[in-house]
Parts: sequence; C-alpha cells; structure tokens
Amino acid sequence: MSKISTSWRRGLAAGAVATLLAGLVTACGGDDAGGEQAKLGKDDVLTITTFSNFGYEGLIKDWNADPDRPFTVKETVISEWDTWKQSLTSGLQAGTGLTDIVAVEGDAMPAFLAEGASDQFVDLSDPDLEDRWIEAKYLEGQTADGKQIGYPTDAGPEAFCYRADLFKKAGLPSDRESAAALFKDWDTYFATGEKFVKKVPNTKWYDSTGSIAQAMLNQVEFPFQTKDQKVDADNPELRKVFDTVSKYSPTLSTQVVQWKEDWMANFTNDGFATMPCPGWMFNNIKDSAPDVKGWDIVDAFPGGGGNWGGSFLSVPTQSKHQEEAKEFANYLTNAESEVAASKVAGNFPANLEAGQMLAEENAKDPYFNNAPTSEILANRAAAVPAGVPFKGDKYSDILGLFQQATQRVDEGISPDKSWETFLQGVEGLS
Amino acid sequence: MLRTEEPTSAEGAKQAPSAGAAPSRMEWRDRLSRWDVKFSPYLYVLPFFLVFAVIGLYPMVYTGYLSFFSWPRFGSGHGPFVGLENYAHVLTDATFHKAFWNTFGIFLLSSVPQIMVATVLAALLDTQLKGRSWWRMSILLPFVVAPAAAALIFGAIFADRTGLVNQWLDAVGLPMVPWHADRFASWTAIATMVNWRWTGYNALIVLAAMQAIPRDLYEAADIDGATKIRQFFHITLPSIRPTMIFVIVTSTIGGLQIFTEPRLFDTNLRHQGGSDFQYQTLTMYVFNTAQTATDPYPRAAAAAWILFLIIVGIALVNFLVTRAFQRRSLS
Repeated sequence: MSKISTSWRRGLAAGAVATLLAGLVTACGGDDAGGEQAKLGKDDVLTITTFSNFGYEGLIKDWNADPDRPFTVKETVISEWDTWKQSLTSGLQAGTGLTDIVAVEGDAMPAFLAEGASDQFVDLSDPDLEDRWIEAKYLEGQTADGKQIGYPTDAGPEAFCYRADLFKKAGLPSDRESAAALFKDWDTYFATGEKFVKKVPNTKWYDSTGSIAQAMLNQVEFPFQTKDQKVDADNPELRKVFDTVSKYSPTLSTQVVQWKEDWMANFTNDGFATMPCPGWMFNNIKDSAPDVKGWDIVDAFPGGGGNWGGSFLSVPTQSKHQEEAKEFANYLTNAESEVAASKVAGNFPANLEAGQMLAEENAKDPYFNNAPTSEILANRAAAVPAGVPFKGDKYSDILGLFQQATQRVDEGISPDKSWETFLQGVEGLS
Repeated sequence: MLRTEEPTSAEGAKQAPSAGAAPSRMEWRDRLSRWDVKFSPYLYVLPFFLVFAVIGLYPMVYTGYLSFFSWPRFGSGHGPFVGLENYAHVLTDATFHKAFWNTFGIFLLSSVPQIMVATVLAALLDTQLKGRSWWRMSILLPFVVAPAAAALIFGAIFADRTGLVNQWLDAVGLPMVPWHADRFASWTAIATMVNWRWTGYNALIVLAAMQAIPRDLYEAADIDGATKIRQFFHITLPSIRPTMIFVIVTSTIGGLQIFTEPRLFDTNLRHQGGSDFQYQTLTMYVFNTAQTATDPYPRAAAAAWILFLIIVGIALVNFLVTRAFQRRSLS
C-alpha cells in the first residue's frame, strides 16, 4: 500500500514538473507567429477597438446582420482615450494582443508617425481614396515619406456654445447672430467675460482653463516643436497663451478640471456661460444637462477657427487579417458610414462627401434652440487654418504637461513657478 | 517503464541465479528509497520556485537588464546599451525627488499611527469582551472591501468642493481644506485610506501573537500589583517582539509601494499624482515613466530598481532599529 502510494506520489510530482517545464518552453517559443495572414470566412471575426463614442454600434450590427457579409466584426469600446492609449502602446511594444483595427486619437497621431512607430502600422494608401477626406486631416495620418497609417474618421472644428438665458440675464445680446460679435477675437471675448461676471457673479465665463488654453494654443503655428521636431516649448507665443489664461483664471474660469465631477456638476448648476464646442461636444452637453434650457451655438470662434479632436482608424502590422481590416476601415470611413456615425455620436465627419450630405440635410437641433448644427460646423471647418498648429511627435505629451501647468495656476501656484515646472517636465521628455 | 524493465531483470535473475543478482536488485531499491528521502522534498517545493522564477525572479532580472538599454517608444524591441544613463536620468529628475519625499511622507503618516493603533486595538481585543469573535472579525471588514470601492467612498469624503469633510468644515465656519492641491492635506487623505484598510489586518496579526503569551505571566503581575498599562509595556510588548518586527517590516514594504490609493485619489486626467505632483508616489512614478516619450521602459526599469534598493535599505534599517530597541526594553 505504502509502496504504491509513494510511487504514485513520485509520478505525480514528476508529472507536475514536466507540465511546468512544458509550459515554460511553450511560453518562451510563443512569439514567432507575426506576419502570417489568414483569410476570414463568413463567421470568422474581425476585431476593432474604439474609445469614447465613435457611433459604430449600429453600423456593425447591420454589417453582422447582413447574410452576404464577407466576415463578422466585433467591436470593443474603451471609455477613455488615455486608458486605451496605454493598452495600445503596450500592445505595440509586445508585438501582439491588439485588435485588427485600432482607433487612434488625432493629437496622439504624430507620435505614431515617428520613425520606429510607423512601421508597426500597415500602409493604407489607396489612390482611389486620396480625395475622400478633408485634406489637412488626411495628411495628419501620413508619415513624412508618404505612408498612410490612418483613415480619418472625424474632425473637430470648433464653434462656441453659450447659455442664451444667462446672456440675457447679464444684458448681453443673446440671439445667435448678434452674439457672434462677442466671439470675434480673444480680446473681445475676455472683455465681455469680465462684464458678464460682474452682472452674474455666481456664474463663471468659461467651463475650464484647460479648454480655453487648448483652443488658444491650437492657433499658434508652432506651439511646442519646430518644423524639424526640435522641442521648443519656451517660446513667446505659448507663454502668451499661458499668461492670458493665468490672468483670467481667478475671475473668468471655474478652475475645475475638465471631465471630472466638479466640471460635470457645473453644467446643471449654472456654473459657466460659454465653452469651446467641437461637434462631438454637443452630445456631451445634452447628456450632462438634459433639462437645462438655454444652450445655443454661435457660428464664430475667437481668433478665426480651431480644431479639437478627430480620430483615425489604423491597422497594426501584427494583425493577421490586414486585407480585411483595411477593407472594413475603408467601409467605416465612407460617406454613408460617416454620416450614420455622425448622427449617433455628433462627430463632424472628416469625409468631404459626408459633410456635404449633412449640410444638404441642414438639420436643426431643437436642444440648441434650433441651431443649424451641420451648417455651423461646415463653416467652422472652413475657418480652420490648414497645418496649424504644427503637431510634432511629442505634441500630445507636452500638451498634457501644459494642461497640468494651467491647472496648477487654477489651484493657486504662481504662474512663474508653474511655468518653470512645466519647462522642467518638457525637458524630462527627451 | 517499469513493465518493460521487469522482464529483463527477471531474465537476468534466471540466467544468473547466483548471489550477485539479488543484492543488485536490493541495491536499486535501496538507492531509490534513499533518493526518495533525499530529493523528493525538493521536488515538492519545486513547483513554487518554478512559478516564482517565471513570474517573480525573471521579470526582476529582466528589468535590471533592461535598465541599461534604450527602447524607443512604440518600438517592439530594445535598442543599444546605454550604461547608467537611465539611472542618471531618474536620479536627476525633479519629479523623482518629489515622488521620493511624497512616498516617505505618506509612509510615515500611514505606517506609524497604523501600527500603534493596531497594537493598542489588539491589546483591547485580547481582554474578556462579550462577543469577542464578532469584534475581532469586524475590524477585518475594511480589509475585505475592494480598494477601488474604498477609493470611491473616500473620493466622496475628500472631494474638494462637494466632499463630506469640507461640507462639515464649511458648516461650522472653518475654511475648506484643498485636499488635492495642498501637499500635506493630500498625504493625510491618502494615509487615512491606507490606515482604514490595513489597521485591522495588522491588529489581528498582533492579536494572534498576544494570545500566545502564557497567561500566568499576567497572573503573576496581577499578584505583584502591576497595573494593566504596566503589564502592556513590560509583558505584552516584549513578548510579541518577533511579530512586531514582522508587522513593521511588511508595512514598511507595503507603505513604500503604495499605488492604488493615490492613483484612485487622483483627479488629474493624466494621473500624475496632482497637478504639481503633490502626491505622486514612487510606484506611480515607475508606472508613469513607462508611458513617457523617450525610453519609457528602460527608465521605468531603472526607477523600479532604485525603488527596490530604497526598500531593501529602509527595511534593513527598520529591522536593526526595532531589534536594538526591543533588546534594550527586554534587558
């Protein structure tokens, strides 16, 4: 009896060791599979990851319901870009683990265009598609040597949203046409703000220092880096933006951080009167303040125009279904799809034809006092200066540090000290 | 295996029925059983060490290796050898210095009161309370609450404008505390979360040690007329010395690796531990460094090794001080 049990135990131990060793060997030999392509059948799954709200749910549902579809699609939605960026980065570094199509945020695109990063993405260039999108946006997805690594999904031409009821209370012109004059340049905008807060002391002029800072710096031609990717954050134009928002932080700004609870709360408690408004912000306002009446959109933007956001669809080279991925990315960014997505998510399409289709429909939004949203966005898109700002490979990193610098001022640290910390942080990036 | 071999040895036995065969078979069995005694204990512990080697040792060694190389962001493999450059970058980084003092501050604000309260709590639970098990179990309750859930609760308590504490302060006419902007206030808030979670856990460990103290020591002290407080300092504390050292060392390590609480406390978009890095800890620094623009992984690896050495150093000092102190109180 005891002999049997000893040998049994011995066998068990040997087996356990063998299993472990086998596990080790397979674990070590697992990364040689890249590059091999496999054709997808009707019920095989092509995967895609998006973040926030791309408005693809209905499109993908319809695609999968179609009996003639060449393959099935499964979408993963991550709630915020910053979270997805981390997984995307580690997936690229590991060379495995990403979906066949990945959504990339526009501000981060320059980093993926850099040498060493761009060869992790499939070249999506297609002579038939070159004139499909807003040119500036299309070029943002292209490397210096002409490799196209992303198809534009949407653009973020900015208008200004404002609370007409609060404007009336402050004795300001509140209808869309006459209010536009208050947004003709930044000086007028800030001067009006100072008048406004005197009349309505419990409401601030704008939603956050960060959003105004971003709007202003995106009108600077070279905010952070020069044309040859040299980091140059300590320049007078950027400092001017920083000093301006610092100056108005105590009087005009809510001094809260964008996207956080306090910021959200301000939508419903008359916390602020104006905010920079790209198309995708419309839905955010509606969701945050469904019962507030008085929101309106003005067809103007201080200092001309500006773009905030807009994303791309890319195919990483680690995908085993690159052909199908390219095909599906093409489908999602064609005119009909972008119109459909725009109607769900409120994004302004980067596809030119889609923009036209929306303009022809000329939908009016009852929530925003029947503002002709697509017409306004089309006008705002035309006002965005091409190639401004220049986004270098560290644009998104430095932008993060800059937002943090403005937040420090909001929290009471002196602008000079905050600027110094900002420059230190920028230095640490290289 | 055995089946195929058996006939051969049986054959061998038939061919040579003389003296030689039987002892050789005996010898084989003998050797097997000797090996069994000698080697099977190692076999039994081997699985643990294999798993440890794969998920513990290997990453640590590889991290050390990586810290001497460059690795461009988004690249799929590491670049050339760069010597100590990554270490130099981390050690001269102003954010790292800040993170170091933040970690140290939060550690002192959490570990010190935590262990003192835990010991007193254990001493109180070591008395003849009614419903002892119930009391003892309930102090462990915070420990089983998921840290993320706890962070939500404390987030509501320490919110800058709408938080519970600030509303109370406001109601009695005191100024509100900028929990996320002031360095010391943020440390206090984070240390509160840590203490809430770990005090009960440590108290239970200390309690277990206290219960192992022979009761006749206390009876003798009672007869001699020693007060309860005197008994605590002269019997209880010296008797639980090894456990105290264990609790102090583990909470030192835990305190220096603190990550979840400050990260979830952070209201920043980029989770840098406050707009001015007021409460970025060293582990957060390691994590954030792995996301930056230049050589993210190697620099994070260097920072991780520096953190490791700091922890070893402090744990050692901790151990020596505690031992010296306890020795003196024993004599």
